[in-house]
Amino acid sequence: MNGRFIENLPRVYGLYTGGFIVFIGMMAVLEQMGVSADTLGILFVAFTIAIYAGIGWLSRTMQVDAYYVAGREVPALYNGMATAADWMSGASFVAMAGGVYFGGYGYLAFIVGWTGGYVLVNSLLAPYLRKFGCYTVPDFIGTRYGGNLARLFAVIVLVVASFTYVTAQINATGTIAARALQIPFELGVWFGLLGILLCSMLGGMRAVTWTQVAQYIVLIIAYLVPVFWMSNVQGFGVIPQISYGGAVERIGELEALQGVGTLMPTQSFDGLRALTTPHAAASDAAMASWKFVTLVLVLMAGTASLPHILMRYFTTPSVREARRSVVWSLFFIFLLYVTAPALATFTKLQIMDPNLATGIIGKSIADVQALDWIQKWSNVGFLAIADSNGDGLLQINEFFMRGDIVVLATPEIAGLPYVISGLVAAGGMAAAMSTADGLLLAIANALSHDLYYKIIDPDADTKTRLIVARILLIIIGAGGALVASLKLSSILGAVAWAFSFACSGLFFPLVLGVWWKRANRHGAVAGMGLGFLAGSIYLYQVRFAGMEPWIGIDHLRFGIIGMAVSLISMVVVTLLTEEPDAETQAMVDEIRIPGGATVLNQDQ
Amino acid sequence: MSKQGSSAATHWHRTRNLTFLTLGIWFFFSFVIHWFGAELNTVSFLGFPLGFYMAAQGAPIVFVVLLYVSTRRQEKIDDECGVAE
Repeated sequence: MNGRFIENLPRVYGLYTGGFIVFIGMMAVLEQMGVSADTLGILFVAFTIAIYAGIGWLSRTMQVDAYYVAGREVPALYNGMATAADWMSGASFVAMAGGVYFGGYGYLAFIVGWTGGYVLVNSLLAPYLRKFGCYTVPDFIGTRYGGNLARLFAVIVLVVASFTYVTAQINATGTIAARALQIPFELGVWFGLLGILLCSMLGGMRAVTWTQVAQYIVLIIAYLVPVFWMSNVQGFGVIPQISYGGAVERIGELEALQGVGTLMPTQSFDGLRALTTPHAAASDAAMASWKFVTLVLVLMAGTASLPHILMRYFTTPSVREARRSVVWSLFFIFLLYVTAPALATFTKLQIMDPNLATGIIGKSIADVQALDWIQKWSNVGFLAIADSNGDGLLQINEFFMRGDIVVLATPEIAGLPYVISGLVAAGGMAAAMSTADGLLLAIANALSHDLYYKIIDPDADTKTRLIVARILLIIIGAGGALVASLKLSSILGAVAWAFSFACSGLFFPLVLGVWWKRANRHGAVAGMGLGFLAGSIYLYQVRFAGMEPWIGIDHLRFGIIGMAVSLISMVVVTLLTEEPDAETQAMVDEIRIPGGATVLNQDQ
Repeated sequence: MSKQGSSAATHWHRTRNLTFLTLGIWFFFSFVIHWFGAELNTVSFLGFPLGFYMAAQGAPIVFVVLLYVSTRRQEKIDDECGVAE
């Protein structure tokens, strides 16, 4: 049965995609028949979650290699889709276009960083870790360098980075579930967690893989359809990603007329912002360039250090398939990331341009407040209008909104049917759930495999190991939901921290483990421990203790400090201590060659 | 052993060179070009300011193509050195 499933993948996911499109069509029919928008939203979210849970149930397993690495039989194309869903979080889906909307050029560092990181993954790590044949990222560190301390440090960095990230994802599932299902946020968080656990608990990596493929299909349809539709309806061009140059230019003209960057808001609303940053203009100050490239570097090195991404490449049948699946991953991610700035540009133009029917800047405040979408999103506190200067007309500094609106409300701004909004909610849910799944599994697997099995109880039998893994999954998920329900940080702030944590502790120990044969245990322990410590202390100092950031390295970029300390300490300590034994050096030679058996052979 | 050892050494030598070349191109499109975002923005490309275009679209396109090409070349190296799976 299992073999047949792998052979039938194109048919299974073809049918699934067709079925999803038919479902969208049925929802459109229901909308025509007068079914309310709220009901459609509930149907979209509930139906897709039920499908994922069904896949999770069908993928249940009690085999160790299926639970940890999906049986190492996921073809490159599907692993690429699964990685893309794993990678693109609620933040990418909901907040990225909003980030470009408010942040303009400077924010594009996220797009460069979150795509280019895959060049590092492919060139430096993924194929070599696949050849190694480990179950988890700390498994590689622990075996390459030897000793429980190195393994333990890798587990600690992994847990801190991934947990920071997963709370943001559970927060996002809670936000979307709360809105779509009309339940309180705190309840939405627990509901979202239930969905996430249904996808991962019974089948581990195997279940997560096949639900992530399904989630990628939903999220990419949900992201692209509204943008293409809007672009064609509003006459911006057939393929919006190619043709939005004119819109960027027009925004530049309007910014000068409407005072973007010169008219500052005089009032403030909690969590909402008025537009004050020009869209495409880049500052020619060296500091602006420095901040751009340092953010890019942290995001890229973080990409190559985040265990939930690296472990996806352990699931392919071969080293070659692992390489190919990195290329597919980047391609599938690229589709969304190249669309986000186009979406931000069109949404901004629709709001700003007085020549378009949707334009609101410069219109009378009474007229704007009568618009359906303005009323709906003001009611939930996502946008606000204030006539600060009392002239009855809406200025750019009198219109406040949350960045998330760019994705969530664009279908309504452009006057698309509500079925599209329901689709977008399902897409956002898929994005947040798939990332949360991967992260939770990365944490639980590291704790169950590396901490429990390798360090605490090496004699544990298969059944005990898999039960421990599942119990840990529930505990960590509940912990994440608890933290998320406290609403401690904005979604994107926490996500950027995860990248800095990961690259502070893990980037150089991982990369040098493959690329520098001389690297030894003492160096790796120093590199992980001191890098992670330095990064964390720096974050605390600039974020909470009021320290002035050094040369613009603020809390989003603290990985720069961590990585520098990590590299220096690892190299210095390695050179001061003896080189690794011949066996370890032979192991490094072995992982550099694709052919032959894996170095670790623990699949059973 | 010696024959196998030398083919492994050639393989690693060529793999390393390909990786350095890939990372060189990656470095240019990740960092160098965006350092000059403001200067590039004075040039118009497909209607976009070029600096904006390179960050929003150009660099990601380069990364996709770069990964595809370098993966193909790596596979060729693996085959020629007889170390492919």
